[in-house]
Amino acid sequence: MRFTATSRKHNADEGATPDAYGNAMTTDGDDTRIVVAGAGMVAHRFLESLLSRGGPEWRVTLIGDEPRHPYDRVGLTSFFAGSSPDDLELERAHVDDERVRFLRGDTVARIDRAASRVTTRSGVSVAYDHLVLATGSYAARLAVDGYDHDGCFVYRTLDDVESLEAFVRRRSAELGRPLVGTVIGGGLLGLEAAGALQGLEVDCTVVQSSDRLMSAQLDRPAGDALRRLIEARGIRVETESVTTRLDADRSGQVIGLEFRDGTYAQTDVVVFTVGVRPRDELARGAELDVHPRGGVVIDAACRTSDPRISAIGEVANFDGMCVGLVAPGYAMAEVAATRLLGGVAAFPGYDLSTKLKLSGVDVASFGDAFAETSGALDVVYADPVAGVYKKLVLSDDAKTLLGGILVGDASAYGSLRPLVGGALGGDPVAYLVPSGGVAASTGELPDAALVCSCNSVTAGTIRTAVHEQGCTDVSAVKSCTKAGAACGSCVMMVKQIVGAELAKSGAALSTALCEHFELSRRELFDAVRVSGLSTFSAVIARFGTGRGCDICKPVLASILSTLTGTHVLDGENATLQDTNDHVMANLQKDGSYSVVPRIPGGEVTPEGLLVIGEVARDFGLYTKITGGQRIDMFGARLEQLPDIWRRLVDAGFESGHAYGKSLRTVKSCVGSTWCRFGVQDAVGLAVQLELRYRGLRSPHKLKLGVSGCARECAEARGKDVGVIATEAGWNMYIGGNGGFTPRHAVLLAEGLDDDELLTAIDRFLMYYVFTADRLQRTAPWFEALDGGIDGLRGVIFDDRLGICADLDAAMARHVDTYEDEWRATLDDPEKLRRFASFVNAPTTPDPSLAYTAERGQPRPATDAERLGSGVPIAGTTLEVRR
Amino acid sequence: MTLMDSPTPLAPGIGLASSEPVTDWVRVCDVADLEVERGRAALLGDAQIALFLLHDGRVHAVSNFDPYSRANVISRGIVGSRADRPTVASPMYKQVFDLRTGACLDTQGKEPMSLPTWPVAVDGRRVLVQSVSQ
Ligand SMILES: Cc1cc2nc3c(=O)[nH]c(=O)nc-3n(C[C@H](O)[C@H](O)[C@H](O)COP(=O)(O)OP(=O)(O)OC[C@H]3O[C@@H](n4cnc5c(N)ncnc54)[C@H](O)[C@@H]3O)c2cc1C
Ligand code: SF4
Repeated sequence: MRFTATSRKHNADEGATPDAYGNAMTTDGDDTRIVVAGAGMVAHRFLESLLSRGGPEWRVTLIGDEPRHPYDRVGLTSFFAGSSPDDLELERAHVDDERVRFLRGDTVARIDRAASRVTTRSGVSVAYDHLVLATGSYAARLAVDGYDHDGCFVYRTLDDVESLEAFVRRRSAELGRPLVGTVIGGGLLGLEAAGALQGLEVDCTVVQSSDRLMSAQLDRPAGDALRRLIEARGIRVETESVTTRLDADRSGQVIGLEFRDGTYAQTDVVVFTVGVRPRDELARGAELDVHPRGGVVIDAACRTSDPRISAIGEVANFDGMCVGLVAPGYAMAEVAATRLLGGVAAFPGYDLSTKLKLSGVDVASFGDAFAETSGALDVVYADPVAGVYKKLVLSDDAKTLLGGILVGDASAYGSLRPLVGGALGGDPVAYLVPSGGVAASTGELPDAALVCSCNSVTAGTIRTAVHEQGCTDVSAVKSCTKAGAACGSCVMMVKQIVGAELAKSGAALSTALCEHFELSRRELFDAVRVSGLSTFSAVIARFGTGRGCDICKPVLASILSTLTGTHVLDGENATLQDTNDHVMANLQKDGSYSVVPRIPGGEVTPEGLLVIGEVARDFGLYTKITGGQRIDMFGARLEQLPDIWRRLVDAGFESGHAYGKSLRTVKSCVGSTWCRFGVQDAVGLAVQLELRYRGLRSPHKLKLGVSGCARECAEARGKDVGVIATEAGWNMYIGGNGGFTPRHAVLLAEGLDDDELLTAIDRFLMYYVFTADRLQRTAPWFEALDGGIDGLRGVIFDDRLGICADLDAAMARHVDTYEDEWRATLDDPEKLRRFASFVNAPTTPDPSLAYTAERGQPRPATDAERLGSGVPIAGTTLEVRR
Repeated sequence: MTLMDSPTPLAPGIGLASSEPVTDWVRVCDVADLEVERGRAALLGDAQIALFLLHDGRVHAVSNFDPYSRANVISRGIVGSRADRPTVASPMYKQVFDLRTGACLDTQGKEPMSLPTWPVAVDGRRVLVQSVSQ
């Protein structure tokens, strides 16, 4: 679509509301002025699509009422896992483009169609040749008494999650206990919100008015299976539960909810996830067609009833429906941009496929999940014990895949969803049995099949990227096509296609470690083991090129440590070590270090505590108890490290590995020695394990835990190896981790005695060290093994690969050659030389360090404090008055 | 930044037995004080510099101040190469810098910022740095 000169140059009401933006844009007669109302995800995609294809004549005014750059709302929940608002920001280049003016934090208040202008709340008036409405939705609250008490939240914007988090922290500090929370609404969003609350230590219940969770996507049996999974995660679920009133205390803080059946529940915080309402008020005010159930009515070209106004994203109503998913919004953005650029495009209708992003809970629903097509057949696989329910919906001749539901194991989602509408190719059951996702091949996937629904990337586009744009791995395809760049659920699928295409052209998917080594970590491990080489220079001369980098050097440091058992700072080893291993302490943000004395199993004597206290006091260190049952001392300077270690060594401590890709700690509960419930000596075992595996270098960090009974106070199932005592012996769990994608460890073996347990852990750890990829934690590692956990049992207990002797010997060598790395450093003047602060002033402290006091302890001064805002700061060491 | 072997004519006075700075070249340490591919920090007046002795015997000096983390840690980074450029990776957020020019070769998604560099001369066993950064 092009605009005529007359329509472009109109300036009807310029006298009334003088405006820098509108005027500036009308000066050049060839410009096309676009106004975009709303700066959310879909607006951002529109901008990107228009600007990447359009020329300099396009002038866009983007108006968004959130005081931020457009951000990734789909990833909002990762805020609670530590993503900062900056991390969530979408590609800034499109907003910073010189053709764009961004009115951030301003709201479009009115559309004047006659004058072709919009007016914002702050009084700016902007003329448009074409207006795009991308205002999204409001998060709805329940229309019951008390919906706006303090402590009631919605879950839509960064502001929402920031205030939710702040409230939970403040309120639980006030009450002196963890909070009890309620999420009202058991859909996708509600479950995500419940996961987030749980992460804030809130004891959480999801209240759902219908008879099952995710009722828009799941049938009853799937909803029931999901419920069991959610409850197993420690989140309570109440279905057919209708909230009628929210109660507050005298200060207006929410304290309880009342349900239709008269029951009452206590709560300290409420999150509403009861659906969204399109923000169509601008369209109503301008008398555009609005659907009776809400949403600005659009046609397949995304045009509203005024052809000079488009609507895209959640605010748009197509075919009687608004949809709260980002993929259809992106498709609309592409259509609207293409149309403006003069191309032909039509919105094909909604794809309602979704996958839940709650970690540890696999749920996906796609295509005709409810088998509404006439004559549709269901194929169902259910394993209630494993918490798995899978259903495929097929056409009446059982040949064409129409849709499906996957609960408990959604690994097949990536390969199945693109097949919707096409031939299933093979026995449907093959896709449903446990390894279905892996077995399903992508070879027959038609070029037109949509692989990445968020960014509308087809299998054909990915193939072209490989063959014509020279992409040889997933990340290249991702930057080239955007496949997998949004929700990420298709990444495995993309990887398979890239691998298959490369194989066709005789190449293979690159598993190269970095530009210096063509080998993967695992191959390099074998190469070093077989060749017997023992230095980096020799290995890179033989198997690599160049002088290495911060990727391959630490990997080789780890491999050489396992295979030769030499000290991390011996000779050339010292040049390979990553950040913390470099000086055997934890680097902190200002360049100082923290020291964490090893306290095996968390067991420490009063004398030991006094020593640590004295060291911290004498060196002016900030102290904090860690999550691994140790004490961390912060603010040590490079040149102080040996002095600190000396004091610790003299008192019978060693420093500890609180860093590096190595064994960190073995956490334990107090066990049967003291606990009324304990059935075995958890501390004794933890001490034994920590002393056995300390110093073991591995592909990623390793943590262990031991609990004295099934109550699991040591949270051992959050560890790579978790040991839980039973009357019948030790149960061994593997593959747990915390962090960004927390995982619960799964049972590997039951009822082991002490020796059996040690052998099993020895082999598990060594097999992992021998074969895992760089930065692959134990869970994804064993899942990718042939046969998964059963395959692993075969290797460890039945010696199916005939490598147990090797594994045992490697571990025996590790245990025998372990030395206190810090003491060894103190004993070696060559190594000690490296701890000089400056080569020409070995004991002069880094003059840039500055500290200030907070709660009676030192902390690094902020930039503002350094610039002299009157806060007392001290260089290097701070006297803290007690 | 560059290496000048001792036969190369240096600034007047360099290469003599004096350990005093001559013109603006400052003797910082001996080559033997450095270790191949493991950096060392040094004080140069008020500035903190990071010295790197490479595999091929060259010595480079860049600022020890990491502009991304705003901490003086560059000397503690891993030395390596990108194609034929010698590099150091900051130990803090892993931005990679060209040791010869200070240019940032891998910004880890941040805005490019580079490290100031200093001319270096190796005179026999001594390492000399010109005290005006480039
Ligand atoms: C926690 C969470 C998880 C989600 N997970 C998924 C998922 O896994 N998969 C999926 O497909 N979708 C998911 N969604 C939904 C997805 O985020 C939305 O579908 C998508 O963001 C819609 O984009 P939009 O641009 O239409 O609306 P929005 O992103 O809401 O953007 C609209 C913007 O316009 C602004 N605005 C409104 N009116 C005006 C005005 N008058 N003037 C100026 N500015 C205005 C709003 O403040 C807002 O910033 C999730 C949503 C949330 C909240
Ligand atoms: S896990 Fe069992 S033994 Fe250990 S502290 Fe808890 S209740 Fe006691």
